[in-house]
Amino acid sequence: MRERYPTYPLLSAVGWLGFAGVGVLLLLVPIANLFVPPGSALHMPDYLVPLIGKYCTYAMLALALDLIWGYAGILSLGHGAFFALGGYCMGMYLMRQIGARGVYGNAELPDFMVFLNWKELPWYWQGFDMFWFAAIMVVLVPGILAFVLGWLTFRSRVTGVYLSIITQAMTFALLLAFFRNDMGFGGNNGLTDFKEILGFNVQAPETRIGLYLASVIGLAATFLLCRWIVTSKLGRVCLAIRDAESRVRFLGYSATGAKLFVFTLSAVLAGIAGALYVPQVGIINPSEFSPANSIEVAIWVAVGGRGTLVGAVLGAFVVNWGKTWLTGAAPDAWLFVLGGLFVAVTLIFPKGIVGLAQQIRLRREAPRAVAKPAEGD
Amino acid sequence: MVRPEMPGRLPGEPDPHLYLSGVTVSFDGFRALNSLSLIIEKGELRTIIGPNGAGKTTMMDVITGKTRPDQGEVFYDGDHDLSKLDEATIANLGIGRKFQRPTVFENLTVYENLELAVKADRSTFATLRGLVTGEMRDTIDRLFETIGLSDRRHELAGALSHGQKQWLEIGMLLGQDAQLLLLDEPVAGMTDHETAATAELILRLAQERTLVVVEHDMEFVRNLGAKVTVLHEGSVLAEGSIDQVQANQRVIEVYLGR
Repeated sequence: MRERYPTYPLLSAVGWLGFAGVGVLLLLVPIANLFVPPGSALHMPDYLVPLIGKYCTYAMLALALDLIWGYAGILSLGHGAFFALGGYCMGMYLMRQIGARGVYGNAELPDFMVFLNWKELPWYWQGFDMFWFAAIMVVLVPGILAFVLGWLTFRSRVTGVYLSIITQAMTFALLLAFFRNDMGFGGNNGLTDFKEILGFNVQAPETRIGLYLASVIGLAATFLLCRWIVTSKLGRVCLAIRDAESRVRFLGYSATGAKLFVFTLSAVLAGIAGALYVPQVGIINPSEFSPANSIEVAIWVAVGGRGTLVGAVLGAFVVNWGKTWLTGAAPDAWLFVLGGLFVAVTLIFPKGIVGLAQQIRLRREAPRAVAKPAEGD
Repeated sequence: MVRPEMPGRLPGEPDPHLYLSGVTVSFDGFRALNSLSLIIEKGELRTIIGPNGAGKTTMMDVITGKTRPDQGEVFYDGDHDLSKLDEATIANLGIGRKFQRPTVFENLTVYENLELAVKADRSTFATLRGLVTGEMRDTIDRLFETIGLSDRRHELAGALSHGQKQWLEIGMLLGQDAQLLLLDEPVAGMTDHETAATAELILRLAQERTLVVVEHDMEFVRNLGAKVTVLHEGSVLAEGSIDQVQANQRVIEVYLGR
């Protein structure tokens, strides 16, 4: 008898169907909005477009974390830092686009530099008036930071909770640094009052829909890229590292190399997400570096179900939708709910929403499974 | 790297497969290995016994690059000095190690465990492309013939029994085409039937590879019928056949207490 060998498709047929369905829904609804008159029952409220766009960038960030946490067992509690760095790179481009339209009318310097009595643009702001340069920096800055941090820690075999603490310290250090006015990133206020992106008014509904579409496409591309990696042999090496790192080394794989690769890629994805986030929310400030933000990302992934990718996207949408709704309805309750979610996910459904769904499906199929012959050892 | 002169070695004699020379390892003042010297010939089957704390596992750590010796050298296949290399490089030189506690990838299927083990380009980017060739599949099929478990190939390795995990781990070492196999307590926790099957498997493997087996089970060691090295307090106490070793007065003292 010929043995069947496992194949690892990017997505199953059902998976592709779901992917296309969600994609079409996310892409078409806001476009249809342009043609449906306001006031019609089919018209989405205007605030929903940037809101869902923002959730898409959060979902990209969650995917980036799930790739390293769910598959390679690297729990980064500083992933918000890479997101924020990508955001700052985009923010610097948007600041340079303001030009002479700022309050002080200085064509060269952003307002906050004029306010600080700076006479010329610092060297690290050079080039950010060009979109392509900013776009490269969005990838390079988080990527290089992650590569250096990963190289130092993975090579010294720092794992588990120690690595989490180091990443947390990293984002906290960046938070403090970006708060300082003399760093040249706008200090406490950050970067805001953006006017144009690629020549389009950032406030215009058409631009907002363009940014939204870019976020949806970014999310879809991130998802497929992550799927490609986790279905590759490298994905199985990552799972192996998560479960028995020394066994992987004694088989002749460089566990350090594999971890460094996924960690750096993950940081780059987080940076791109941050760059898509900033023009939609219209501001980037140091609070994006706050350790609590990064911990929240881990909660999104845990709530959705780690090591599933779909769960990361689901978790990011569900938790953030809950946050948006609750901070409006009962602002004081949100932190308690977040804490409660964390406890619930640890004690009651450790595999998250996706795990719960699988359990329910298994239970439904259980009566049929009884008919199968018992398995012998 | 020039290998030092080996004592008692005739000129023109082939290099031993593994040569430990005066290896010393200390942890916080405790000498886990105390000037340990050991020669394993190519194609040899060697069993190593010794009471707890004799340094058996530390010796394996030194050979596989997990622990760096404070003093001494470890030469593999002539002039590879293992004390300077990392685990992955040593593994790719052809040294396979089975841990004391069976260590397999529990969330991968039995097949996937072997797929990761089978010899192929180990670099990260090659792994990312990582196609499974027909040749690799043939190798995996042969491995299943050697270790059994063919009927469990698409089950998660975590679902295997303790003994089956031991076999899978041995299969993984064979998959990486290890020429020197270090087996740390391969029959621990096995039933009598499984132990007998494992002894048979080891004797079969010993026909074409070098094996070093660390084991507590004297009956099993006797069944293997190979040369025995007794470790005690980090160095070699006695060497010889199982009967010679068991008759050795110092060995009796160490095992029974003085």
